[in-house]
Amino acid sequence: MIHFVLLISRQGKVRLTKWYSPYSQKERTKVIRELSGMILTRAPKLCNFVEWRGYKVVYKRYASLYFCMCIDQDDNELEVLEIIHHFVEILDRYFGSVCELDLIFNFHKDSLVEAAKEQASSISNMIAQATK
Amino acid sequence: MQDGLRIDFDVRLVTIDECGDCVAVFINDFLTSTSHSSPDLCINALFLCDLVYSVCISHSTLDGSSVEMRAIAIGLLHLCLFWFYLCCVFDNVALGRRDMIRAIRACKTAAEERAVVRKECASIRASISENDQDYMHRNLAKLMFIHMLGYPTHFGQMECLKLIASPGFPEKRIGYLGLMLLLDERQEVLMLVTNSIKQDLNHTNQYIVGLALCALGNICSAEMAHDLAPEVERLLQFRDPNIRKKAALCTIRIIKKVPDLAENFINAAAALLKEKHHGVLITGAQLCTDMCKVSTEAHEHFRKKCLDGVVKLLRDLANSPYAPEYDISGITDPLLHIRLLRLLHVLGQGDADASDTMNDVATKTETNKNAGNAILYECVATIMNIEDNGGLRVLAVNILGRFLSSRDNNIRYVALNMLMKAISLDSQAVQRHRATILECVKDPDASIRKRALELVYLLVNESNAKPLTKELVDYLEVSDPEFKGDLTAKICSIVEKFSPEKLWYIDQMVKVLSEAGNYVKDEVWHALIVVITNAPNLHGYTVRALYKAVQNQETLVRVAVWCIGEYGEMLVGNAGMLDVEDPITVTEAEAVDLVETAIKCHTSDLTTQAMCLVALLKLSSRYPSCAKRINDIVLHQKGSLVLELQQRAIEFNSIIGKHGKIRSALVERMPVLDEATYSGRRAGSVPAVVSTSLGTQPKMSNGVAKPTSAPLVDLLDLSSDDVQAPSSSGGDFLHDLLGVDLSPASIGTNNKAPKNGTDALLDLLSVGAPTAQSSSSMLDMLSSEQDNKSCFKFFNDGLLDGFGTSSSVPETSGPSYPSVVAFESGSLKVTFNFSKEPGNPQTTTIEAQFVNKSPDIYSSFVFQAAVPKFLQLHLEPASGSTLPASGNGSITQKLKVSNSQHGKKSLVMRVRINYKAKDKDVLEDGQISNFPHGL
Repeated sequence: MIHFVLLISRQGKVRLTKWYSPYSQKERTKVIRELSGMILTRAPKLCNFVEWRGYKVVYKRYASLYFCMCIDQDDNELEVLEIIHHFVEILDRYFGSVCELDLIFNFHKDSLVEAAKEQASSISNMIAQATK
Repeated sequence: MQDGLRIDFDVRLVTIDECGDCVAVFINDFLTSTSHSSPDLCINALFLCDLVYSVCISHSTLDGSSVEMRAIAIGLLHLCLFWFYLCCVFDNVALGRRDMIRAIRACKTAAEERAVVRKECASIRASISENDQDYMHRNLAKLMFIHMLGYPTHFGQMECLKLIASPGFPEKRIGYLGLMLLLDERQEVLMLVTNSIKQDLNHTNQYIVGLALCALGNICSAEMAHDLAPEVERLLQFRDPNIRKKAALCTIRIIKKVPDLAENFINAAAALLKEKHHGVLITGAQLCTDMCKVSTEAHEHFRKKCLDGVVKLLRDLANSPYAPEYDISGITDPLLHIRLLRLLHVLGQGDADASDTMNDVATKTETNKNAGNAILYECVATIMNIEDNGGLRVLAVNILGRFLSSRDNNIRYVALNMLMKAISLDSQAVQRHRATILECVKDPDASIRKRALELVYLLVNESNAKPLTKELVDYLEVSDPEFKGDLTAKICSIVEKFSPEKLWYIDQMVKVLSEAGNYVKDEVWHALIVVITNAPNLHGYTVRALYKAVQNQETLVRVAVWCIGEYGEMLVGNAGMLDVEDPITVTEAEAVDLVETAIKCHTSDLTTQAMCLVALLKLSSRYPSCAKRINDIVLHQKGSLVLELQQRAIEFNSIIGKHGKIRSALVERMPVLDEATYSGRRAGSVPAVVSTSLGTQPKMSNGVAKPTSAPLVDLLDLSSDDVQAPSSSGGDFLHDLLGVDLSPASIGTNNKAPKNGTDALLDLLSVGAPTAQSSSSMLDMLSSEQDNKSCFKFFNDGLLDGFGTSSSVPETSGPSYPSVVAFESGSLKVTFNFSKEPGNPQTTTIEAQFVNKSPDIYSSFVFQAAVPKFLQLHLEPASGSTLPASGNGSITQKLKVSNSQHGKKSLVMRVRINYKAKDKDVLEDGQISNFPHGL
């Protein structure tokens, strides 16, 4: 299952967070700091998975924004990558072309992801819904 | 301009469609300029977008079919966003004109920001206490922003609940959003919201139902799950598919919180798998998978009833023609594919149909896109898990092979990941890819490297250990510093596990240490030293190899210095040459140079320097010609600021200078370290009472003529209180042996005039709190010498000067051992008396004497004992089975123990005593480890 979703800018600023597992405020800050340090320093050509505290973090960079999702050890990483991509694609379809300013929509989307809380699986639904 | 806008746009969200097109154009123009001027405001989007979402839903134009309607809907959506954005920016701040967010962003310091937030919070609180309904949802929106910045917002929690209870959709929307963001399942306030959610779940407006489900799915606690499960169950059959979908997601949460509820949902979940709507199908499949995990009943049910349906679904999906609405990079709904495969993973054990379909999926799926690979990957995972069909498994491994040679790093990563699972099923097939995997260890990507290394570790077996280790060691040279730690740990573990001979082991370890000596853990070099001492024919070779290899790597230096100290003469004399090595000429001075460099090197830490000092002391005897120079080096350390070093330097200086006679005896080679004990200790399985560092003491207490070096070195090292203290951590004993235990040993103890020598020596050996065991062992030692006077004298003469005297103490002729109280409880006392037959030192006869301390008579008295494997025990019949009360008599029983590790390990024994007192069965047991040493 997805434990949390983070959107971090290249400068390490958090643009969006959504926590599906309970983390206290303190833990959240720590997680964000740890992960942004780990992910932002990775070179562009490397693979999109990072192992962290027994979880896996799948991240993908679009322009200056990193989309990160934290999943369980035995989840399908490629699928999550696909989900991230669709997440972005939906944003794109909603708003013509997405830029960091449109992060607005990420929040919007966030509430959509909420609907898909378990697995962002129903995003495909959202696509279907949005593109119908 | 702004004022006008504010008035114009200060309309409620519900009337948005009445604002009409003119507003749209107006705002649009305005915004293109404004928004770009403050691009960072996006963070406030949180509430903004959610309102928009609610608008979309309430208008449900997005679901409209005509293209124009859609265009209008999207346009409207934009509009709403911008409109609300403006509301936030210009209208939201009660205090003056400046918007809160801009104010916060404009803050240069954290203190300023705190001030602004405090002010805002104050105004929100004021507004809350005035019960200002109109601004409530805005306040809450602001509060969410403040929450995101990490400030406490608990005072807004009740407002959330109020908003949720209010009738309008927009208020509810914000209320639920606040609920999901500001609260989590652990807060007690949640109890208050249960009822509101319950009402909303029964609401006639399906969007409100949707909201409530959403919130429940996010924050459901176990109590809520119990209370609301019936509603959710009903909603699983709701007419609208979106609600069904949300209800399914909600159910997943519920059954995770309360697995017992799963049974109620079985039928409803099974029905979801027959849906047409993909969204519902996906969530349905996920729900079934999760239910199988928590309930065996559900698992059985789905296996019987739903397996065919799932296989059919998967087949239809795999064979379906192009379906634009679900198409993702040329594949029809890969997400559903994956969900269904996941479900098969749980259900499809040994189902022929399922295998067929998976074969279809595995062969037909396109692999040039990530989506296709994701399906293949899941398919392989499923095959690995459920398939015993050889053909299909070969297919799966082949797919992994293809993945592994892919140029895409992600694909390689997942391939390595899956091969780890495959290795337990079919290690032959995985071995075929060894070369490729080995390449992956050298990948620039840390994630891949880590996976590959773990995989290589699993791949190693006796036959390929040598080449694989060579590869890894070679790679060690060029690897990243941060990777070296992991890599060395794995190499060492491989080498240790599979080393065919000691020579190879030592070779490899020397290589590893010289490449990455700063990265290895202590256990590694401790283990190396143990192996070296146990390979007498390799001593010369090792010390020469180390001498050649030594460079600035901490652990390498330690091992080298230790070996040079021990085997210095073999270094110079080229003793024990092996055929494979080239002869080198090392002079004594050169060897001393090396140690001197090490001790003077500013990067050397205390342990290394202490080891160097010990090595120098030993070399002073091995190389008599260099004694003077060594003494100078040692003298130099007398000024050391570190107490430990200073103390050693003074003691060693005294030994070198004044005690030439006994020096050679003092600094003899260390006794061979016991490998079994060492590895056992590392595994933590051997009782810690067996203390290797005492292994040589028996010789002294037995009165064997020549005192060996080890105990004396121990003495000199003052190696502190935990020499004999039971310790489970591995490697401690080696510390003790090397005399590098750096706990603060107080010299002050020596200066107190003791009443008798025994105590003094005791203090000396176990500075601090002597453990019972250590005191008894020392007592034994001294009592066997039976010469307290000499001990006293020995002490008064000063510690070091006393050695001469003490070594000339008249020795007693035969071994004798004091009796010990082996076991004592409130009701029973067991005393052991020891005797040995001359000429058979391994066997000890123990006479156990049992005394009853209680006023009751014990009957059916049975004594049992057990010993570790290295001991053999023979119990002779006891003198009786009735034990008179109050110590008015005793039972005796003889035990014969023979110790196969005599001289290395002391006795240890577990005992159990059964008897009847007042017609009640009593059982007592315990461990005896205070045997005198030398048994």
